[in-house]
Amino acid sequence: MAINCTRNQFQKLCHQAFRRNFSLRSAAQAKQLTVRDALNSAIDEEMERDERVFLMGEEVAQYDGAYKISRGLWKKYGDKRVIDTPITEMGFGGITVGAAMAGLRPICEFMTFNFSMQAIDQIINSAAKTLYMSAGEVNVPIVIRGPNGAAAGVAAQHSQCFGAWYSHCPGLKVISPYSSEDCRGLLKAAIRDPDPVVFLENEILYGIPMDVSDEVMSKDFVVPIGKAKIERPGSSVTLVSHSRGVQLCLEAAKELSGSGVDCEVINLRSLRPLDMETVEKSLEKTHHIVTVEQGWASSGIGAEISARIAESKSFFFLDAPILRVSGADIPMPYAKTLEAACLPQPQDIVRTVKTLLNVK
Amino acid sequence: MASRILSRVLTLNNFPKQHSKLQTFSNLFSPGHRALSTSTKCFSLEQERPKFPGSKAKWTEKLEFVHSDLYDGIPVYRVMDRSGQVLQADQDPQLPEEMVVKMYKSMTLLNTMDKILYESQRQGRISFYMTNYGEEGTHIGSAAALDPADLVYGQYREAGILMWRGFPLDSFMNQCYGNELDLGKGRQMPVHYGTKELNFVTISSPLGTQLPQAVGAAYAYKRAQNGLCVACYFGEGAASEGDAHAAFNFSATLECPIIFFCRNNGYAISTPTNEQYRGDGIAGRGPAYGISSIRVDGNDVLAVYNVMKAARDTAVRENRPVLVEAMTYRIGHHSTSDDSSAYRSVDEVRFWDSTDHPISRLRNYMALRGWWDEAKEGEWKKQSKTNIMESFARAEKKLKPDWRLLFTDVYEKMTPGLKDQMREMEEHVSKYKDHYPVQNYAKTTTPLE
Repeated sequence: MAINCTRNQFQKLCHQAFRRNFSLRSAAQAKQLTVRDALNSAIDEEMERDERVFLMGEEVAQYDGAYKISRGLWKKYGDKRVIDTPITEMGFGGITVGAAMAGLRPICEFMTFNFSMQAIDQIINSAAKTLYMSAGEVNVPIVIRGPNGAAAGVAAQHSQCFGAWYSHCPGLKVISPYSSEDCRGLLKAAIRDPDPVVFLENEILYGIPMDVSDEVMSKDFVVPIGKAKIERPGSSVTLVSHSRGVQLCLEAAKELSGSGVDCEVINLRSLRPLDMETVEKSLEKTHHIVTVEQGWASSGIGAEISARIAESKSFFFLDAPILRVSGADIPMPYAKTLEAACLPQPQDIVRTVKTLLNVK
Repeated sequence: MASRILSRVLTLNNFPKQHSKLQTFSNLFSPGHRALSTSTKCFSLEQERPKFPGSKAKWTEKLEFVHSDLYDGIPVYRVMDRSGQVLQADQDPQLPEEMVVKMYKSMTLLNTMDKILYESQRQGRISFYMTNYGEEGTHIGSAAALDPADLVYGQYREAGILMWRGFPLDSFMNQCYGNELDLGKGRQMPVHYGTKELNFVTISSPLGTQLPQAVGAAYAYKRAQNGLCVACYFGEGAASEGDAHAAFNFSATLECPIIFFCRNNGYAISTPTNEQYRGDGIAGRGPAYGISSIRVDGNDVLAVYNVMKAARDTAVRENRPVLVEAMTYRIGHHSTSDDSSAYRSVDEVRFWDSTDHPISRLRNYMALRGWWDEAKEGEWKKQSKTNIMESFARAEKKLKPDWRLLFTDVYEKMTPGLKDQMREMEEHVSKYKDHYPVQNYAKTTTPLE
């Protein structure tokens, strides 16, 4: 783990960040659920459902987790199933992999995915490959989760997206959810899945309440891994994104609708397997596509989507080149203004779409 | 003096509170305890200990560092001398003749198999091999003391454990050839064995990864309360990996039934132990982690057996980790990719091979009891060699695994992308079948998913 003492700073900053950026909806709306509560309830219900499920990570027990995702779980399930660890990512990464091999269903929480680099060998060489290398004898049903991507004001070593890193590797399933619905349904699916799943949360979204239907609140609500969701249907251009990028796309779409541009916004939900069927179908309708991600462009999710389109028949439906909106190709600066400039903003998406469609 | 210092610490910590302080004090002053305070304030200091959350030690006014060279190191436990004579009768485990002969046969069968497979690699018939020469005692002595249902995580040089547990010669051969009968479907380099049936986790190449994983498995066993433990093998070289630190620390804090079994064979590929660490080897690290630790002569198979038996008892009964450091010597090269003559002398190797070999020591022990003689040795050598050669020939003739198995087991169920890849390759191979040696590959009849 890097700098533990920045934890509170993290939290304060992100609370400020979303206060600054988002106006919360009126209370008259339907049922609302924060992303944090969606994750918390998903873990709680799955622990209740399956005795083999347990949570391990730094400060997940009595302290309720650095970001309070495990709030109340230690009180409910005790030391046996909610386990605080010494500060050794490689250690508890390996321990959860081993526990999974021996029949348990561990959830391994990294305080942030930045620290998962300390455990990368356990994730790639062991979790992802053991089923294959053991010729199908040894499953590793583990969920590796925690906040991923840029937070706010925490500079280069705490602000990067690992979506492209993990989705590079066969053997892993990689989920990058956006909404409370995604988080609840996909985390439950991930915990039940027999394969190792990397679950990339977003710290800025944790505290945001979102509308959810009664169905989402059901204990049986599960979202299938490997399927994207059309968050907003449209006809002029397809915007594809994941995690917080989806929110940026929705904001951009709202603004673009004023200029007569009707955006279709696709929330990828899973980065591996990647649901190209949904992307291609949308593209065949809109003939234009822009990918949006907070991570770096180089060998990124947008690059992958672009390449897959080029290799598919849907390529011939394109009326214009594929464009990518992504994070700037430098380590994240600390200064607030530079940080904002390095991350894609709704305005960047608006500008890119207007260029693509030649709209003034 | 390590053990004495350790015992001192234990004495102090375990001392009943109402016990006479004078006795404690006289204990402190016993000769040889150089690192101790001689301050007369010791009495009052005994009463008020430091209250730091991170230490249970005592106060001192003497500025003194603890030096690692103050003691001789943890002693090496043994039962027999090199001639197979038991040194202290009560330490002989008194194993029945049948069991000792089985131990001997497992060690020698492994040794003969190594010779044949090593040669076959030299002839280009298999791609890679790692011999177990000189370390047979550590494998068989420890395996014999475990319950066959105990889970074993090996590093890569632990074929003897499988041999003891009854892994058939054919299974060894099939794995090294990666043929259609290989339990691993031909996916791994030779010697990366794995079998669920014999509770032996498939070998992972990156060094040290098995250590924290074994702790995780031991945690699962603790929860299951199944009366079993996990035995995790590793070399002293792998103990330099951060994984080892993580595993030791977690096993202690999680209180897991695990035995860490270190084969200290003197070399991390080419790096000798004196360049790998300072201090008292691997066992010397155990107490610092709060792990009961012991050092044993790995070439004395009975000593290894005794130690492992006791270690297993502690692990299973008390849910505690135990660290065993078995001292031995890697007589062979690290692997077929290594030539050890570049970094050690032939004389050094010859000494261990001729003078302190675990196989000859056990043979001497058996001969002293009239359980083994030249005739039996000759007959067994001939028979074991024949068995191995026959198995070897069978494995070599087998087809390679179905090539479509390339795409299975990446996930529990094949993803659409994997199915596409497989379909594409099937079409390609069927179109150009004249250009591919398809007849060399088995054809799976069950549908792949």
